[in-house]
Amino acid sequence: MARFLIKRLFSATLTLFAVSVLTFLMFFALPRDPVTGMCPKNCNPERLERVRDDLGLNDPLVSQYAGYMKGIVTGRDLGSAQGGRCDAPCLGWSYVSNEAVSDTIARVLPVTLSIVIPAAILWLLLGVGLGMVSALRRGTWLDRAAIGFSLTGASLQLYFVGAVLLLVFVYNLRLLPVPSYTSLFDNPAKWASGLVLAWVALAFLFSAIYARLSRAQMLETLSEDFVRTARAKGLAKPTVYGRHALRAAITPVVTIAGLDVGGALGGTVITETTFGIQGLGRTAVDAVRSGDLPTIMATVLIAAVFVVLANVLVDLLYAAIDPRVRLR
Amino acid sequence: MSLSPVEGVALAEIESGTGEPATKGVVGRSPGQLAWLRLRRDRTAMLSGSLLVFFMLLGLAAPLIEMVYGIGPREQFQNLLDGFGMPLGYAGGVTGEHWFGLEPGLGRDIFIRLIYGLRTSLFIAFAAALITATIGVVLGALAGYLGGWLDAVINWITDLTLAMPFLIIALALTPTLTLRFYGERGQVSSAFGVGVLIAVFAVFGWTSTARLVRGQVIALREREFVEAARASGAGLGHMLFRQLLPNIWAPILVSFSLAVPQFITSEAALSFIGVGLSDETPSFGRMIYRSLDFLQTDPAYVFFPGIMIFALVFAFNLFGDALRDALDPKSSR
Repeated sequence: MARFLIKRLFSATLTLFAVSVLTFLMFFALPRDPVTGMCPKNCNPERLERVRDDLGLNDPLVSQYAGYMKGIVTGRDLGSAQGGRCDAPCLGWSYVSNEAVSDTIARVLPVTLSIVIPAAILWLLLGVGLGMVSALRRGTWLDRAAIGFSLTGASLQLYFVGAVLLLVFVYNLRLLPVPSYTSLFDNPAKWASGLVLAWVALAFLFSAIYARLSRAQMLETLSEDFVRTARAKGLAKPTVYGRHALRAAITPVVTIAGLDVGGALGGTVITETTFGIQGLGRTAVDAVRSGDLPTIMATVLIAAVFVVLANVLVDLLYAAIDPRVRLR
Repeated sequence: MSLSPVEGVALAEIESGTGEPATKGVVGRSPGQLAWLRLRRDRTAMLSGSLLVFFMLLGLAAPLIEMVYGIGPREQFQNLLDGFGMPLGYAGGVTGEHWFGLEPGLGRDIFIRLIYGLRTSLFIAFAAALITATIGVVLGALAGYLGGWLDAVINWITDLTLAMPFLIIALALTPTLTLRFYGERGQVSSAFGVGVLIAVFAVFGWTSTARLVRGQVIALREREFVEAARASGAGLGHMLFRQLLPNIWAPILVSFSLAVPQFITSEAALSFIGVGLSDETPSFGRMIYRSLDFLQTDPAYVFFPGIMIFALVFAFNLFGDALRDALDPKSSR
């Protein structure tokens, strides 16, 4: 177990390292001058040169990269133009928003977390529940309704569903306020009412995919010998389905869920754009539009960290759920 | 892709499996024929299949439809808009002349733009699905069959690709690439925009096929027929493409048919956040993106492209599912 964890964490670190190098090369080495985006419209050449110097863009690439990484691990001094001392984890200074990138991230990350975590709970419960029910009631109207629901959901686009939800609940019925983010700790009711449409839209689309997957998996598991054995030795149906079959059927669902949740935590770009909520995804898009390199770097890295961590977590969960899996 | 060698191999396998030559009344059928029969009997498959063919014909015949319809995708009808740039009449200006109404602001015809958008989306999706399937099959088969360090490296590259946030990278990379090829003020051709999109999909989209093929190949690797071929001195290419691939074409075909709608969705999503295609090239995502600003004032403008993408993706998903059922030898339908 410990050995597996170390091995897994090592390869995760390697992946993150590669992501950081690739992202760095992609944005700093390509011939588009990174400075033009960070300077206001009427920027004179001297100021441009100074910004370039402040950012260390005149240094060789390797030392630029080393400086960036050092900033993340130990913090570094960015010079007075960039807010001076920058504590670890230092992600650089944004000329566009005129603040440390880590401050921007600290502000928008809770927004994305508030969108994704409740939505993920909702879609997992709904999706897996629906899949299980329709597998156990195969061929009934319930099953057919669930299949219809999941096919429809899997074919819908988030921005379309979002638009319809906005139109109906916000603009026409006026039941909900225009989506916005309030901190959970300031005002939980406002927090929920501002984000509920985003949760519903995300959960609807994702649960459709999960219902499909878990239905197929459950059907396959139900036809396996161990389920019959468990029934034959006199176990009650709920025990067999809930404890034996569910565990075996849910492992592939866990893999996909890990990837999906990890990916979503890195920024739900489409959701945030549709509902006009400023989370990690919107921040990344804005950063790309304004050519704000340090912020792009940071958002890409954070997204990668979430995906990689989710992958490690999935492997660990596997062992916990399925007794046949042994970690080596 | 020719299916004839596949059918040959599969037929041989069935005959060797049953041992007996086909007796009276029992017709020997290859898995391909069986799948086709099942597909033809499946009403959902036929319905969604014909819908898909219809969509494809619509896309292919876009210039022809333009001629018959008499309105081009870039023509503007400002005289049919009111003082605020909103289309006159009901449901976004639906008339006998403009079937789906007009775009607010520019006053372009929505129907013909949707037809051209269909063509763009289908072309991008099919090209991307073909390329990613090829990359995925080759990498997955190599990783699964050879194993060892190559497997480890390919797996790691897969993990790496999955860890990169696709939308953000695509968003950041497209303008950079465009600048590199066209400079600061160059007129970007729409073919280039389409090419960049396909390239971005090719780089990020192959992972699922690679994983699928790798798993299937690993399951087949130790089977007797593979060992026999290896023992008779078959080369790597023969092993991969003549021995292994014919046995796993069914899941590959299914994943291909489900990849196409995914790329349609992704293309729309990318256009939605403003990458890729310029406003000149009609595309679904671009239309929805523009239309969301008019959600309250002209909901019809949101609904037409939204319903159109939904119908297209829905038909693909239905057909993919039916194909999976038809190709599954365990299914009794």
